Amino acid sequence: MMQTTAVVIGAGHAGLAMSRRLTDRSIDHVVLERGEVANSWRTQRWPSLRLLTPNWQTRLPGHPYAGDDPDGFMPAADLAAALTGYARRIGAPVRTATTVHAVRAASDGYQIQAGGDLLHARAVVAATGACNQPVIPEVAAAVPPPITTLTPLAYRNPGQLPDGGVLIVGASATGVQLAAEIHRSGRPVTLAAGEHVRLPRTYRGRDIFWWLEATGLLAERYDQMDDLTRARHLPSPQLTGTTPATMTDLNSLIAQGIRIVGRLGRITDGVAQFSGSLANTCALADLKMNRFLTRADEWATASGRSDELPPPHRFAPTHVDPRAPLELDLTSGEITTVLWATGFRPDHSWLDFPVRDRKGRIRHDGGVVTGAPGLYVLGLPVLRTRASTYIHGAADDTKALASHLHAYLKRS
Amino acid sequence: MTITDRPVNNGVNVEALLGAREALSAAPEAAEFTWRASCTWRNGTHSHSTVNGFTGLGAEQQHRTTFEYDVDHPECFASEDNGATPTEVVLVGLASCLTAGVAAVAQFRGIQLRSVTATIEGQMNVLGILGADPDIRNGFETVTVRFAIDADASREDLEALVAQSQKRSAVFDIVTNPTKVLVELA
Repeated sequence: MMQTTAVVIGAGHAGLAMSRRLTDRSIDHVVLERGEVANSWRTQRWPSLRLLTPNWQTRLPGHPYAGDDPDGFMPAADLAAALTGYARRIGAPVRTATTVHAVRAASDGYQIQAGGDLLHARAVVAATGACNQPVIPEVAAAVPPPITTLTPLAYRNPGQLPDGGVLIVGASATGVQLAAEIHRSGRPVTLAAGEHVRLPRTYRGRDIFWWLEATGLLAERYDQMDDLTRARHLPSPQLTGTTPATMTDLNSLIAQGIRIVGRLGRITDGVAQFSGSLANTCALADLKMNRFLTRADEWATASGRSDELPPPHRFAPTHVDPRAPLELDLTSGEITTVLWATGFRPDHSWLDFPVRDRKGRIRHDGGVVTGAPGLYVLGLPVLRTRASTYIHGAADDTKALASHLHAYLKRS
Repeated sequence: MTITDRPVNNGVNVEALLGAREALSAAPEAAEFTWRASCTWRNGTHSHSTVNGFTGLGAEQQHRTTFEYDVDHPECFASEDNGATPTEVVLVGLASCLTAGVAAVAQFRGIQLRSVTATIEGQMNVLGILGADPDIRNGFETVTVRFAIDADASREDLEALVAQSQKRSAVFDIVTNPTKVLVELA
């Protein structure tokens, strides 16, 4: 059995950042990767996807953005290339094409069954990502058979869909981006919107992520939040990484001709039924956006930056069509595709001991897995701060967890 | 806004609610509640309903007393008008649920309420229930609720209060979202 001090599972941005931190501390380790570096960015993202964060913010430990388009947004393929370059530069000990089948508790650490090999390590870092599996609501089973259904993990471009109307369920970043792209292809889109997060792409001449960082919102810590469960389950904001900056909030989609309906509740006899609460979910999103813009304005004034920025303003409230249908007959032929943009979940099923809560989520305290000394998890939304959700959050997260891991090795 | 030393008191025990949220998250089976009512036909469209027991916190529970409701239809429907119509009872349920939510959220957010009045209307074309027009549904076309709130808070804070009360309301969810309803013969 191969022996190593630490095993990092997953060679995405988080796993590579952790590798770099472990190398800095001279901790012997190996990074196990089921495919190649940045595998999910290569194989599970639609080609037009760009990061929500601007390039200047897309930084890794010891690796600030060095390209010539700091205000642009990286396509998935460019991020994959950047991560491959990063892995090479930091000399990450990545073993590609090595799927981890199981991690079990063993004496003085963990036994890892990877590919055909058994490894033993004193510490394990799960960096396999937050978006391994699509979350599909139970109502999916009631979609009538002639309709094509797919998830964003399988979506590549509108050309793979049949002609005809498309019902997109979910109005997070994924839902609004695919709604705009698919509607442009000539397939009329209906978007079912439940609770969502509305943000403008830019505000007062700056990208919204500049504001999220400047105001300190992204730095808010997990252990200082009123409602951590809610923070960890917020849908991603209705943003698209486009140059020049364009809004992809519901108002913008409506202006393109996309029909907005309420949250999909049930499908009965082939008829989809939507919630009548759309007006309130939109009101909540408008209120929340305006609260953040007020916070941004207050920060600008307090920090003396206000005068160098364009003046404050507010965006029009979300226009909810009072005639938005509550029902849509999926057997009429109008809708030929249903796309489930209803979120993703991580897959930690290979963790072969009880570290999950009743909903199957790994229990952890800022990435330190509860009841499993030496086991860590990375790359989950709001793992340690709100920035943890984004690429650059891995810098601080891996710094803290590498320090914890190092102390654990010395202690035990 | 007046500055006062008096703590906000809307008669809502926020500590107890937050304690319940924590306790029930730890013991999810205790969070399973069953609400019940019993309805007995009297005559014509007149019925008499009682509410007393319910199940929750892992045990059978009882209200302090049995609550009784006479429900009927008005004289223009050739009925005796012994009580509100069932549709009006639904409006009462929605308005009182949202109003309770307003008070609870206000307490949690430190907003002192002086008065809250919800006026609720449900628009319905009765050709639906009369079976005279298959294109018209039986239920409400729309329901509108107007809150008049006198409180130590900005209009934006009150808008947020009303929005949050909808988000956390059981009856708002029941009315706006489809629910599986099973009716069987005993």
